[in-house]
Amino acid sequence: MPARTKFEIKLGAATREAFGRALVELGRENKDVVVCDADLSKSTMTAYFAKEFPERFISLGIAEANMCAVGAGLALAGKIPFVSSFSAFAMNKGFEQLRCCVAYPHVNLKVVGTHSGISIGEDGPSQMSIEEIGLACSLAGFVVMAPADEVSTKALVKAAAAHMGPVFIRTGRPKAPIVYSADHKFEIGKAVQVADGKDVTIIASGLLVAQALLAADTLEGEGISARVIDLHTAKPLDREAIAKAASETHAIVVAEEHLVDTGLGVRVAQVVAESRPCPMEFVGIQDTYAETGQPDELMEKYGLMARDIVAAVRKAVARKS
Amino acid sequence: MKRPMHKSIEELQVIARRVRREIVEMIGAAKSGHPGGSLSAVEILVELYFNRMNIDPKNPKLPDRDRFILSKGHAAPVLYAVMAEAGYEQTPLDKLDTLRKMGSVYQGHPDMRYIPALEASTGSLGEGLSLALGMGFAARMDGRKSRTYVMMGDGEIQEGQVWEAAMAGAFHKLDNVVAIVDYNGIQLDGFVKDIMDVAPLADKWRAFGWHTIELDGHDLHAIDAAFTEAEATKGKPTCLVAHTVKGKGVSFMENNPKFHGTAPSADEVKLAMQELQ
Repeated sequence: MPARTKFEIKLGAATREAFGRALVELGRENKDVVVCDADLSKSTMTAYFAKEFPERFISLGIAEANMCAVGAGLALAGKIPFVSSFSAFAMNKGFEQLRCCVAYPHVNLKVVGTHSGISIGEDGPSQMSIEEIGLACSLAGFVVMAPADEVSTKALVKAAAAHMGPVFIRTGRPKAPIVYSADHKFEIGKAVQVADGKDVTIIASGLLVAQALLAADTLEGEGISARVIDLHTAKPLDREAIAKAASETHAIVVAEEHLVDTGLGVRVAQVVAESRPCPMEFVGIQDTYAETGQPDELMEKYGLMARDIVAAVRKAVARKS
Repeated sequence: MKRPMHKSIEELQVIARRVRREIVEMIGAAKSGHPGGSLSAVEILVELYFNRMNIDPKNPKLPDRDRFILSKGHAAPVLYAVMAEAGYEQTPLDKLDTLRKMGSVYQGHPDMRYIPALEASTGSLGEGLSLALGMGFAARMDGRKSRTYVMMGDGEIQEGQVWEAAMAGAFHKLDNVVAIVDYNGIQLDGFVKDIMDVAPLADKWRAFGWHTIELDGHDLHAIDAAFTEAEATKGKPTCLVAHTVKGKGVSFMENNPKFHGTAPSADEVKLAMQELQ
């Protein structure tokens, strides 16, 4: 296996920013794209769409439950609606509406949550969403995605619009390290192997993909060859990529900015259990709520950095028989 | 497509009577269901499907059609019977007695997966008005004349989402949306005034910016006039506060909280059929 070039953190746009820009492009491409927001358009970045297409932007005030069901009504009448708010509000306050008005009748609504995870920083736990992957994945028929950078976000937002059926996309507040070249192609449900390796596989999503790549570099220095997979789609899972990782590297670490209880890790573990059981470790938020702080301080305190992934990999590799 | 099945009041009354019989029979056969709130809504749905809405039951998905959402989804039997009478292929009259049985299109609450001609799947209360707003926004953006009607229960409007939607509908001046509150005064646990009073109901809708009309929800003349007034009302949505009788048409069910969610026994069905001759 040839030596890899070391991954360097180069910040790109926030994934919420990429979402907002993608919406404008979608608006130009398809007149049926409609956007609803709940008084956070300047933060969710749907304000770009609102500015260019005011007649297709619906401000619904601070009322997320209503917004999710209005979105369903728009979709039932043939529109391709995107509803957006902070993940914490869209998913938690809109959950029942997403279940009964969207998932159960399989309505073509796109829900985009911004300010996901604890990396929003100073606003603290009431605004931090650490459970929405679990919630979204419990909505039958939903596609659930958590892209890593601006390139993948833009591509997957566009893929969501083209997909017929309900979609949830998780985006973040801070600038996100660039993982992909601008022309990289993405497919819903298709994991991307961003680094190859043979001793362990790190499966990550969102901001943790860049941390996983940094971890892989560190591990290489220790003689551990780590494969890194960006599992941007939490549902439907790329079962093939997971099973292949389990059978070829015999150890898996899942890293995500989400409660470990209900996130990507437990879903991956299910596939591993059903295919080729192997040692697994989980990097994520451990049954707690975070606090006010700078994003980096919080990511460090709550164990979501490259060094935490490295530690988890060492444990997983040590457990290999 | 305008009013393809325009009917006289007398004809509508005949249909309403048949619908009442079908409601009682189908719930009786199912041995579970919600007769009271189905019977209270009969005249309004008969007026909508036979005299009011731009619909073509043979082409249920025409883009310009008017739409109806039964937000109080537990009253599914009245919707099923009215759609069956109206001639939708997906709602056969001779299958009404399969209500609530496995595999039936007549699911416990309206389910689009089984009846694609439905405009929404409902059952979780408080959501239909928001759905109607979405449809109203879409029609307005597309320049379609399509109107959306949504019926809610009086107990249902205890849900906070209804008032989020009420605020939004008036703020956005969605005059192509008509809300109807089936104000029969009874919910599962008893009388609405004892569980969580919603009075003064018309005042609430007016305060939220809706053109509000109070009427007798069993008087077909009044219903017709109210929908006509709603159509003529521009710049704000209309809410019909329809005073109705829970269990209307069957003496022992009328105003009886027991029949919110209890099926009539075989003997009660017989008795009801005699009254609904």
